[in-house]
Amino acid sequence: MQNIIILGLNHKTAPIELRENLAFSEEEAERALVALQELPSLKEVVLISTCNRVEVLMFAENHSDVVEPVKTFLAEFKDVPISEFENAFYTHRGEAAIKHIFRVASSLDSMVVGEPQILGQVKEAYKTAIRKKTSSVILNRLLHRTFSVAKRIRTETGIGDHAVSISYAAIELGRKIFGSLEDKKVLLIGAGEMAELAIEHLIRNRVGNIHVANRTFENAVTLAEGFNGEAIRFEEITDSLSTVDIIISSTGSPDFIVTADQVKSIRRQRRNRPIFFIDIAVPRDIDPKINLLTNAYVYDIDDLQGVIEGNIEDRNKAAVKGERIVNEAVIRFRAWFDSLDVVPTIVALREKAEAIAQGEMKKTLGALNHLSEKDTDAIERMIRSLVNKLLHDPMLSLKTPGRHRDKSVFLDITRKLFNLDP
Amino acid sequence: MDILIHTAVFIYLLSTAGYVAYLFVQKYYLQKTGFYLLLAGFLCHTIAIGFGFFQIGHIPISNFYETLIVAGWAVAAAFIIFQFKFNLKILGVYAAPLVLLITGAAVLLPKESVETQAIFKNVWFVFHILAVFVGEATFALACGVGVLYLIQERSIKSKSPGFFYKRLPSLELLDSTGYACIVTGFTLLTAGIVTGMVYAKSVWGSFWSWDPKEVWSAISWLLYAALLHQRVTIGLRGRRAAIMAIVGFGVLLFTFFGVNFLLEGHHEAFTRK
Repeated sequence: MQNIIILGLNHKTAPIELRENLAFSEEEAERALVALQELPSLKEVVLISTCNRVEVLMFAENHSDVVEPVKTFLAEFKDVPISEFENAFYTHRGEAAIKHIFRVASSLDSMVVGEPQILGQVKEAYKTAIRKKTSSVILNRLLHRTFSVAKRIRTETGIGDHAVSISYAAIELGRKIFGSLEDKKVLLIGAGEMAELAIEHLIRNRVGNIHVANRTFENAVTLAEGFNGEAIRFEEITDSLSTVDIIISSTGSPDFIVTADQVKSIRRQRRNRPIFFIDIAVPRDIDPKINLLTNAYVYDIDDLQGVIEGNIEDRNKAAVKGERIVNEAVIRFRAWFDSLDVVPTIVALREKAEAIAQGEMKKTLGALNHLSEKDTDAIERMIRSLVNKLLHDPMLSLKTPGRHRDKSVFLDITRKLFNLDP
Repeated sequence: MDILIHTAVFIYLLSTAGYVAYLFVQKYYLQKTGFYLLLAGFLCHTIAIGFGFFQIGHIPISNFYETLIVAGWAVAAAFIIFQFKFNLKILGVYAAPLVLLITGAAVLLPKESVETQAIFKNVWFVFHILAVFVGEATFALACGVGVLYLIQERSIKSKSPGFFYKRLPSLELLDSTGYACIVTGFTLLTAGIVTGMVYAKSVWGSFWSWDPKEVWSAISWLLYAALLHQRVTIGLRGRRAAIMAIVGFGVLLFTFFGVNFLLEGHHEAFTRK
């Protein structure tokens, strides 16, 4: 089991500059896989590279160290001196490696715990390895287990169910109000990173027209171009309110940009359709009294923060459940892996015993040349049956060590007792 | 008929348990189970009523027990139709217990046998009963959806997403489902009143006799008409529409039960016994 090895670095161990330098494009990953497989004693390899991590999952032939040659290879391939990333790398072997890959794919090891992309990225990495034929029995089995563990954690714990970022929480609220966000009209007032992130989420949800208003019209035009939207003048905001559904506001204005009276006055024109204000500005842009009007909803940055705090708590609880599922899965994978190991151990044990018997028989018979062929045959049969009878019970208990006993411990002791790993 | 009704009530009980479990655990298969159980219960219920129909030759609705049996059946029917159309999973949490409550209450009532009255054997009477009962069941759903809307709106406006926020669908879906319920219910109630008038003409000789039930039906009808009118003219929706749906159903309940027990009139023939 110790020959399943994972070598990697992630957002916790390496700064972004280093992760950027070591990231693999798909084409690079394909070339690297082929080259890595040429390394002596490396039997199977899968390379996972995302913006937050680079992981090399390997199955090595024996206990010899493949980590150093792989590090050297990475340094040469990405043209980064080994000293620069040496400390950022972690190495896990055996159970620790299996646990690590399970946790990575289930997003328990992610920067944002529960984020949904990582599983897809691991699947892509595996597909690449399959295409290049660098994954075989062991890693195939391991990755299939990984996918089912990740899926199980997702469905059983609901770890990714609710938003934990401000902009995503706003989108989720929008969905609770409007059902689908498709073709909803959006007005962006001002600019800012969080506001633009929210707009991007909205575009992914296929919203309709996007209006952009800014004190400086030129800025509105530039911003609108980016979103394929339409720039409007600041004075047109009131008119725009009668048609848009979602307003995201993020200006530096000290006063309210939209007041309750303004919203009241356009209610009739809107025919009571719901309107949703997302106020990311501090000080606030949207009069909080608007939230008291029917079919109007206002969330400011603190409200959104409050929403995601509850979700983060839920996620942490889900993560604890997730860890338990991972531990169970590691035990089950080990059971499968160990069953593979019994056969070679039994073969080695039998080979050793037979070699000893043959050797001793040759020595003894060499000194007793007066015996007839019939006699030597009888002695040979006796020795063979002695070996068989002696080995019968140990082999039986190796094959079925009892339900609660650890097979790998039995194997380990057998190998040590009989000195099978010289 | 009794054994079938008892079976139906038992299945409704299981269905309710499934839906309540779904509310807490949020597992899709629980909702599925709840719905299929309700379908099974409904089948039993339908056979029971059909059986009664052939036995006595008209819709079995000559006492309060039978009235409740038909009312429970109507709510189940309306729910099943709306479930297929809108797939509003959470609605079962309201509908299944309601069906159980109505049908279960009926089973607990004493059943005095009533002589078959000739005036019940009339095709208009069948239409009148079906339209009114299914229409009122649909309004019951509208009321339930309205309550869900108010809960969900409250959790969004108060900015503290609680137990229900995650479990309830979007305001938009609740609102449009409620509206569809009202439109359907209103159409059926109108049809029910018209067929009732035709039936009254053929039995008592006049379309309208200011019987309390008729008056209260007219009041409910006007209330729902006002709601629909405002939806069309000023786009009335959301909170106020939800409240009106709940109030409307309150008036309807009074028309259904209150009038029977507190006021006199020719409808008492069906319910006082």
